[in-house]
Amino acid sequence: MIDWYGVARNRMVLVGAVLVIGVLLAGLLAPMISPNDPIKITPDALAPPTREHPFGTDDLGRDILSRMLYGARISPIVGLIAVAISTVAGVSMGLVSGYAGGPADNVIMRVVDVLLSFPGIVLAIGIVAILGPGLNHALLAVGIAGIPTFARVVRGSVLVEKEKEYVEAARLLGVPTPRLLLVHILPNVMAPVIVLSTLSVATAILAAAALSFVGLGAQLPTPEWGAMLSQGREYLASQWWVATFPGLAIAVTVLGVNLLGDGLRDVLDPRLRT
Amino acid sequence: MIRYLVNRLALSVVVVFGVSILVFLMLHLVPGDPAVVMLSEQANASDVQHLRHELGLDQPLWAQYALYLERVVHGDLGRSIRLRLPVSELIASRLPNTLELAAASLSLATLVGVAVGAVSAVRRGRLADNLAMVGALIGVSLPGFWLGLMLILLFGLRLGALPIAGNQDGLASLVLPALTLATVPMATIARLTRSGLLDVLGEDYVRTARAKGLTEFAVIVSHALRNSIIPVITVVGVQFGVLLGGAIIVETVFAWPGLGRLLIDAVSARDFPLVQGIMLFISVSFVLVNLCADLVYGYVDPRIRYG
Repeated sequence: MIDWYGVARNRMVLVGAVLVIGVLLAGLLAPMISPNDPIKITPDALAPPTREHPFGTDDLGRDILSRMLYGARISPIVGLIAVAISTVAGVSMGLVSGYAGGPADNVIMRVVDVLLSFPGIVLAIGIVAILGPGLNHALLAVGIAGIPTFARVVRGSVLVEKEKEYVEAARLLGVPTPRLLLVHILPNVMAPVIVLSTLSVATAILAAAALSFVGLGAQLPTPEWGAMLSQGREYLASQWWVATFPGLAIAVTVLGVNLLGDGLRDVLDPRLRT
Repeated sequence: MIRYLVNRLALSVVVVFGVSILVFLMLHLVPGDPAVVMLSEQANASDVQHLRHELGLDQPLWAQYALYLERVVHGDLGRSIRLRLPVSELIASRLPNTLELAAASLSLATLVGVAVGAVSAVRRGRLADNLAMVGALIGVSLPGFWLGLMLILLFGLRLGALPIAGNQDGLASLVLPALTLATVPMATIARLTRSGLLDVLGEDYVRTARAKGLTEFAVIVSHALRNSIIPVITVVGVQFGVLLGGAIIVETVFAWPGLGRLLIDAVSARDFPLVQGIMLFISVSFVLVNLCADLVYGYVDPRIRYG
């Protein structure tokens, strides 16, 4: 079972949680705390950081700080939804594959092998190529690209759990298979799933921002950090602030999630430690 | 060993076959008529008909796949719609640039990663260890595309020390993209080397090596590191795939004329034969590299091949 007391005492978890909660709060409170309208075009284009615009303005005179605060409503949510897709689909596949064994296991695992034979971002780019560019498509693509890893990890844990006595006992008591999987086995394979989900949020945020950066994800004027960074690239030589601050926002968010994930891993699943 | 080899090879063949089906189906999963999507809405009916015929879309699905597989096996990956050139020719012209970048990054990541991981393990709990591990955590958290831009800003634009785009300046133009691409695998390798080394530092043979009067350097490098490096070999194999993926983004940042940039341009232009060709190529290469890594692993660690 999960050692929540150990989790709360872990220093990495604490620092990570502070960073992540800070970013989520910034997004939540964006309409109240952002100094300007994030998509309002003003004549004050490419202005350097000043008291009025602490992070400067972009090529259309939009306040970068305000856009970043509103961006905190996009990237973390994109990461969370993408990982929710990976987790639900991957865990279901892993449970069925590990428990059923035989042909079902064989078919599911070969599909997983095929998906894993593409580097994650390449698979995501392929899916966006099919669906067309856009934030929703990028999110779905990143989510699908994450499914095989979850399926494999859960299958491995289920193979161990299904041999244990409590499963045997439940089976003899006539517990139906779906209930056995969801109520008895699932809670016992959750520790690695929680760790993998947390670390995957970091990967998903980076992947979605990367897709936006190369023009396949969020499209302007959406204040998405990856897209803002891509726009700032053109002005790197003379207006460094346009690209620098959105990138910092991504880095801080991902660092927070990684700290949280590493801390959780140390407490919940030390076997995964590298 | 032969049985392990045959099993592993058979699995790879099945996977490559599956990959070919998935890549083939890409075109058919596109919402709407792929020929219209590729030619844009303004195309006239005869152009659409012509492209449908050229891509074989006017035939039954199984016949299309059989034809596709036959062509692929003969090295024919189709023609790019936009560039009007054979896909295999385009891949061959860009591949050396991507390989150059990936090889430079992987070497850098392995050298620095193993060194940092070793120092970190030896100095466990001290300042050097803490700094190295915080550095590794930051390394895996930095978006590669942002790090690349910041390196361009600092070393290219402010200091004027290094070229910032393309690959015309030989080794100098390789430095910034390789460094950017190496960051994540470097951090992973450093963490793995550290934990592997910590596992063996308490072993009897390390104590024996110390007891017979070897220098600490010899104990670490010739005795401890040699036995903890095995998992690093597999990770280096896996990291090659990570590098291929990362190269796509890094090549875009540095206008590096490699496969990744070709893929992004092809996706943006909805040039499906080119997208399919590159995806098939990257995936098959990834499967082969992983197969080689597994075979090396099986060779150096008998527990794997007999397990």
